[in-house]
Order: sequence, then structure tokens, then C-alpha cells
Amino acid sequence: MIVAEPKPIKEILEMVSDFSKILVVGCKGCVTVCNVGGSKEVSILASTLKIARKKNGQGIEVGEYTLERQCDPEYVDEIRDIISDYEAVISIACGVGPQFLSEKYPGSRIFPGVNTKFMGGAEEHGIWSERCAGCGTCVVHYFGGLCPIARCSKSLLNGPCGGSSSGKCEISQEVDCIWDVIVRKMMEQGRLDELIEFKPPKSWVTARDGGPRRMIREDLVK
Amino acid sequence: MNDFKPQIIAFCCSNCASSAANVAEGMNKTLPDNVKIIHVPCTGRLEVLHLLKPFEEGADGVYVAGCQEDSCRYVNGITKAAKRVAHVRKIIEEISIEPERIQLFNLSAAKGQEFVEAAYVMIDKITGLGPVLPA
Repeated sequence: MIVAEPKPIKEILEMVSDFSKILVVGCKGCVTVCNVGGSKEVSILASTLKIARKKNGQGIEVGEYTLERQCDPEYVDEIRDIISDYEAVISIACGVGPQFLSEKYPGSRIFPGVNTKFMGGAEEHGIWSERCAGCGTCVVHYFGGLCPIARCSKSLLNGPCGGSSSGKCEISQEVDCIWDVIVRKMMEQGRLDELIEFKPPKSWVTARDGGPRRMIREDLVK
Repeated sequence: MNDFKPQIIAFCCSNCASSAANVAEGMNKTLPDNVKIIHVPCTGRLEVLHLLKPFEEGADGVYVAGCQEDSCRYVNGITKAAKRVAHVRKIIEEISIEPERIQLFNLSAAKGQEFVEAAYVMIDKITGLGPVLPA
């Protein structure tokens, strides 16, 4: 899933300080699963905005709507009839959401209510960590099913750097050295010798370095 | 003279705090009329939004009265409630509302006296802080 975290409420209040009719739009996709942008969080943000404005003696009207997904135009279309009733929209989807809303409703003021962090998964309830860097050429099968692109701080492909100590990365004791994990896993599977094969420098053409990416599936387009 | 009468919402666990309320009633101890009780089957069911809404509707303080951590009927309901209370404290602090306006009390079914005292502790605290929203 795409993992995000709420923006500080002060930042959101400042962004929308000129507006008194605001629509908070959530998304039932990834941000619902990571408890940051679903219908519950829409209501929490709406309530917080109302309390903050009341506290300052200012009025505010806050609408709430949660779309099935903000990254598909047919769902974004659902708010066509109500969006013009509001002066500003706060999207609490990942960074895709406010952009799709901005593209669909060019006359509306759209603001992001969350900071998008990474593609990852839940280690346990309430703890998420990064797993994929979206490099466009998956190589995890060479490394025991683990990704050194996303999970090594230096994205090294041929073993750990000198900053690996007692299984931890030098950036933080909270971060496993993924190369330590990879080596142990390959040893367990009796495949350590496979790591001896040199991995040439990775082509980043398929990653973000090739510029903004687009994908066309001929079998799906009309 | 301060004639401010704070409006306080109390979310009370049906397994302990509500029984404590009955004990208190048996002791002829009653809660002041500005403390509104909302019974919940388990405080672990309380969501962040439940704790925020009273402030939106004009309450000056909110508290949760639930089990002791080692004797929760549903094992960890009160622990979850404590985390949500802490989360709401952070939210309201961010919008310049005193975090002390939301509290959690650990009670048990027999603690009728403490149940009533918790209400007065809150009233004293919130009276000292004044109204949360401008008149």
C-alpha cells in the first residue's frame, strides 16, 4: 500500500485560513488501510477543523466525502455535483488524490491533508515500513525475495557497506541492514553462492530517473 | 465571582464505572448535573472521533472512566482507551486547547466514592481552565 501520515493540523489550518466552506475528501484505498485518509479520518479532520475555528471565534462549514478511490477518474467524478458548493477541498488521499482532483476540477482550490511517505506494508497494527521503491525492474528474486533497492540505505546490489554493524544499518539502530538479512536468508536456503555473481550497475531508466512514468496496456484501452 | 459552570462529558465503562455509579448511588452520592454520562460497553470501543465530538458540540472537558489496567473485562479495552485519550490530547494541543481537558480514570466496580470524586476532580480542573470556546 501507499503509506502516508497526517499533515500537522496547524499547517492545514494555515493552508485553508482564507476559506470558510471546506470539503474534506477521503479515499477508501491505501490511506484507509494505513488509517490516515479513510472515512474515519475524514470525520476526525472535519471535527478538528470545526473545533479550531470555533476556538478562534470563526465560523466554518465542513463537508465530508470519502471516494472509493481518488486515483480513478470515474470515482473522482462522484463529487462533481457538490464540489462547487465549497471554496476549498482538502484531500487526505496520497499525493495522487489532490492531483487527480485538481485535474478533474480545474476551478477548485485543492489542498493536501497528508504527507505521502512510501510504498510499504504493515509490520503489525500501527507500524508500517518501506518495501518497494518503484524502480520499474524488480530484482528481489536475486536476493532471497528481499529488495536492496528499497531497503538498503545506499541501494547496494553487491553486498553490505562498512556501515553494517550487528545486523543494523548505520543510519539507525531501528533499521535492519537488509544485506545482513539477505545473507542470512540465502545461507538458510543454501544459496549463498548465488550472491557471488556480480550484479552490474542497475539501469535506472525504468525508475524515476527516466522522468515521469506512464504505462499503457493495449489490451485494456478503449 | 466566577459563575462558569463547565459542561463535562464522561464516557463510562458499563462493567466497572457504571457499577461504581450504582455503588455511589447507594451511598447517596450523586454526580453534579453538568457532568453528562455516556455508558459504553467497553472503553476500548471509544474512537478518537467519539472523544473529539463533545468539544465540537461545546463541551469544556471530557473524561473516560474505565477499568483498572490489570482487570479489564475485555483484557485490553482500557489500554486502547488510554492510547486514544493520549492521541486526542495531542490533537487538541495542536489547536491550542489545553490537553488536560481530557482525562482518563481507572476505576473498579466497588469504587463508588472514587467515581464521584473523578467528576469533581474534572469540574475543579476545567473550572480553573475556563470555557474552551469563546462565549
